[in-house]
Amino acid sequence: MASRAHLVGALLFLLAAAAAPVLPDWIVSLATIAFANALVVLGLVVMWRAGLVSFGQALYYCIGAYTVALTARWTGFTDAIGLVVIGGLAAGLVAVLVGFLIARYREIFFAMLSLALSMILYGVLVKSESLGSSDGFSVATPTLLGFAPHGETLGHILYWLTLAVCAICAVLTAAYFRSVAGALATPIRDNEIRVEFLGVSVTGIVHLKVVVAGVLGGLGGALAALAIGHVDPNMAYWTTSGGFVFVTILAGAGSIAAAFIGSLGFEAVRSIAVDAMPSLWQMTLGTVLLLTILFLPDGLGSVVSRLRKREGAAS
Amino acid sequence: MSAILAVSNLEKTFGSIVAARDINVEVPAEQTVGVIGANGAGKTTFINMITGHLTPTKGSIRFEDRDITGKPSRDITRMGISRSFQVAQVFPTLTVLDNMCIAAAIARRRGGLFGAISTPLRSPDAMAEAEATLELFQIGLYRHAPADTLPQGIRKLLDIGMAVVGWPRLLLLDEPTSGISIEEKFGLMSVVMTALKSRKITVLFVEHDMEIVAKFAERVLAFYDGTVIADGPPAETLGQPRVQELITGVRVKPAGGAHA
Amino acid sequence: MLTTFAIVTDGLVYAAYLFIVAIGLTLIFGVMKILNVAHGSFYAFGAYGAATAVGIYANSGLNAALGFLFMIALAMTIGIVMGIILERGLLRLVYGRDEVVVVLVTYAVFLILEDVLRLIWGAQSYAAYQPMVAAGNIEVGDLVLSNYDLALVAIAMLVAALAWWALKFTRYGRLLTTVIYDRETAAAFGINVTVVYTVTFIIGAALGAVGGAVMAPKISVTLGIGVEVIVLAFAVVAIGGMGSIEGALIGALIVGLCRAAAVHLAPQFELFVIYGVMAVVLVVRPYGLFVRAQPRKI
Repeated sequence: MASRAHLVGALLFLLAAAAAPVLPDWIVSLATIAFANALVVLGLVVMWRAGLVSFGQALYYCIGAYTVALTARWTGFTDAIGLVVIGGLAAGLVAVLVGFLIARYREIFFAMLSLALSMILYGVLVKSESLGSSDGFSVATPTLLGFAPHGETLGHILYWLTLAVCAICAVLTAAYFRSVAGALATPIRDNEIRVEFLGVSVTGIVHLKVVVAGVLGGLGGALAALAIGHVDPNMAYWTTSGGFVFVTILAGAGSIAAAFIGSLGFEAVRSIAVDAMPSLWQMTLGTVLLLTILFLPDGLGSVVSRLRKREGAAS
Repeated sequence: MSAILAVSNLEKTFGSIVAARDINVEVPAEQTVGVIGANGAGKTTFINMITGHLTPTKGSIRFEDRDITGKPSRDITRMGISRSFQVAQVFPTLTVLDNMCIAAAIARRRGGLFGAISTPLRSPDAMAEAEATLELFQIGLYRHAPADTLPQGIRKLLDIGMAVVGWPRLLLLDEPTSGISIEEKFGLMSVVMTALKSRKITVLFVEHDMEIVAKFAERVLAFYDGTVIADGPPAETLGQPRVQELITGVRVKPAGGAHA
Repeated sequence: MLTTFAIVTDGLVYAAYLFIVAIGLTLIFGVMKILNVAHGSFYAFGAYGAATAVGIYANSGLNAALGFLFMIALAMTIGIVMGIILERGLLRLVYGRDEVVVVLVTYAVFLILEDVLRLIWGAQSYAAYQPMVAAGNIEVGDLVLSNYDLALVAIAMLVAALAWWALKFTRYGRLLTTVIYDRETAAAFGINVTVVYTVTFIIGAALGAVGGAVMAPKISVTLGIGVEVIVLAFAVVAIGGMGSIEGALIGALIVGLCRAAAVHLAPQFELFVIYGVMAVVLVVRPYGLFVRAQPRKI
């Protein structure tokens, strides 16, 4: 069954990649952003499995984005692949440091400290006039392995790059979930004392999860910065984090695919809803979130697995 | 004969309360030791200090000739001392097999965080180890049941099994039969003791039922007021007037001998 | 010297405002173990309500003191009504779920209320400076202090004293202390925890709204003030220790003075200082100054 899921995943991935030339540009760029954001959501899923929610995941998203923008600006290095790697690493480094502070905390402290840290970054960026304060600044047009594509081609290349990074991250995250460190999620949520007495440092494992999620968030931010071509402090703002948490709760922590599908759906609905009724967007989000928590505690993904289970029982 | 566990001058105070004092015990390898005492006599404090949950105020604990005093419990576990709990500590939302698998994989993992990433949860070795331990404790039938649906006795066996799956040399059982009905106690203890003997594990078990202590222990430590007041073979220890008066509650008959 | 004096007075005024907001948050957390993100909404609704009240009284030519009371009363009513609706209508359904899930619920409520705010008052900002002007200024040496600010400090001290008195000497206060200390035991002794929850939540909500109301004359009442306040109040409460009233007081003083010092000495660090102090406190005392970590029992 696992191999069938892999096959379906690979097919969907190829289909998504092959569809780019025939899709309208706005859909390609929307999908690029959606998949970049899905990486942040994937990071939240890593933590949510252990019962941890970060209300400030935009911290890493923003670090990834600003690192890309600043590297290109200060060094003139514009290779897209290199920039994305640097963005991910920078966010990972921040996560290593942040982890020393927050890996000891659980539940609301974990959530709110994350929020506070992201708001520090927001506050610093808003006050940094050399970085354009609250307006941010533009990201240099990226190159790829010596080529300098532009226009529609650039859009497609960034889309493919995003897809490729997503595929690599999905495979690595799946491998991580199969390892002892990754599997120690439900056990940590269920019973930390038992985990400690089995011979593992719970703080260490949580710290690792913070770093994994941080790197994923940084990669997402880096890709988003390239795709949007602009960075601003709002990337660290609480509403950005809130959006990621929203998709995570909605998609549920059950599967990796749910993060990508959820993020794509979220961006699609947002692009329509914000145009149609801009003043009711947050209310819609809040209502959906509330209904999900009350009636679908394991997320929309759980509906799929429940149906699959029923199907399995019937056959 | 060198002792696997050597405790000397152990003391633990919480503010002005003395929870343990002057504890001196040496346990040779493969011995089964029963620990008795009234509630609050210091039994669990003693076990908590050996397993690193509490740091002693004074004294030292040596395991296989290494000083383990005050080390964190996870390090002590990795050195070869495991424990079970008075209230079974399992992962309630996971199945029995997953519980055991996690314990097995953790025990077999390579050291450090990198080890935790690079060791797969369901390696064939870990799975085989988990299955073998389920059989050893005779709970294979429940393999796919979520742990929170288990009857109390099975949950206890799972808890002890998870402590044993990593092949510890010393196992501390904190009231293995608490919460178990009288009819089931002996059955449970013989499953546990047979399993532990087959793996040559040194055992300290805390127990309130003196019949169980008399049947399964080779040696008894009697705790009172934070310290050991008697230490010896079961018949001898349980027969001491002080133990009877302070712990077992058996009235000392002036003329007749004590019955143990 | 003048700077020092300015830092202390500014710091105290800011601390007063933080305390009024934070005490409601910490009270609800202490009793119900709920970190209420919607506290930011109570604050925002209180501020908007106050702005409306000020508008009404400014046009009607009532006297200033009466206007101020009207402002507080309206905000308090808004807070009480919102508290009842939220606690009875929604939170009741999620008691017993994970703390984090309950936070998410209050976060969802906060999102919804942000748009409700926009629907009622629109996207423009409101000014409600009249009470501040009416109160006038007082000169202390070279420094000009606003009487309104001084009154704010007095109000915060009054709230602190009232809270202390209520918890210590009233029957309900002692019930609360019992519930904060040990919920299960309190329930076992026949304390009606459901009622205690509802009343606590209403009081907390009213305090949040009053916080918004007294601040309204000092700020531009606009969308987004709610989130700012919830993050700040969390910092205050985390420093002092969540659920501790003394903690909220000390936390507010620390944050208030640090921020005032930053504003006067190094304005670019204003936001950073607050969270920096919080981070330092939490490194030393992981659960805040007034709360000790509970040792885990096996």
